[in-house]
Amino acid sequence: MSRQWTAILGAAIAAVALKVLGYLVPARWLAGERIARATALIPVAALAALVATQTFVDGAHGGRLTVDARALGLAAAVALLWRRANFLVVIVGAAAVAALARAAGLH
Amino acid sequence: MTTADARRSTATRQALIVGLSTGLYGISFGAIAVASGLTVLQAQVMSLAMFTGGSQFALAGVLGAGGSAASAVTTSSLLATRLTFYGLRTARFLEAGGWRRLAAAHLTIDESTAVAEAQHDDAARRRGFWMTGATIFVGWNLMTFVGAMAGNAIGDPRRWGLDAASSAAFAALVWPRLRQSPAPTTAALAAVIALGTAPFVRPGVPVVVAVLGALAVVVFRRGTR
Repeated sequence: MSRQWTAILGAAIAAVALKVLGYLVPARWLAGERIARATALIPVAALAALVATQTFVDGAHGGRLTVDARALGLAAAVALLWRRANFLVVIVGAAAVAALARAAGLH
Repeated sequence: MTTADARRSTATRQALIVGLSTGLYGISFGAIAVASGLTVLQAQVMSLAMFTGGSQFALAGVLGAGGSAASAVTTSSLLATRLTFYGLRTARFLEAGGWRRLAAAHLTIDESTAVAEAQHDDAARRRGFWMTGATIFVGWNLMTFVGAMAGNAIGDPRRWGLDAASSAAFAALVWPRLRQSPAPTTAALAAVIALGTAPFVRPGVPVVVAVLGALAVVVFRRGTR
């Protein structure tokens, strides 16, 4: 099985299991304050790390850090989020800025 | 119309508004998944079988960056842990058993939970949950297909800035979660750890290390204070 299919199968099983778990375990098992705080922060940490790596890591050069058209795209996204723009507007705006930067010759 | 009827139709209206607009985002997932090297079928299977939004973007992102299946699954599952906690809360008013409970679990996402919890009685909460979940499930899957086909048709995704779209999607997903302390500190710490480790380990690993590192610092430090 390809790397992609293996990952999709594994992630689908894990996602469904995590969802079902919430309906099966007694609420008090997961009621600890530290558990609640950690689980609220996991998505924050994971998404922030994904923003950083998707924007500044050059996968074609062994994970070297770089600032390229993607950074301009992210800056546009942050500006749009600041203005409370809709999700799709943020995505399209970031892509358009990066595409324009590349058309203008930036890597 | 009784108060209960009025509350249920409010729930229906909110569910449709949230459901239709969120379903539309599926188009960005489909396009980004294909730009990350996945096929249209793989993108579609993800939207049907995972149906988690954020973790789907994460799986595509890590795979697209060349990460292993193991690190992609770990990152995606870390993002899905929040859904367990939504289930604990929605199970209280859904009172669903058997296959309905399985369906409810699959439809347990940010939006269905949020719309349900915004209602004022259990009948309205149930209506809000099921309507939002079902509308998004259908819309998200249809739009994933549209986005994936479009992504396939346009050629080099970099030329269209689709790699930046992926960064923007993660930024938009984390943005509303940054309001309360210590979320901004956690986010900054995770970003620094991820970038600091990226040149030295395989793609995908930095995200996992960043989550563990940032959480260890933030939760442990605050817990012992």
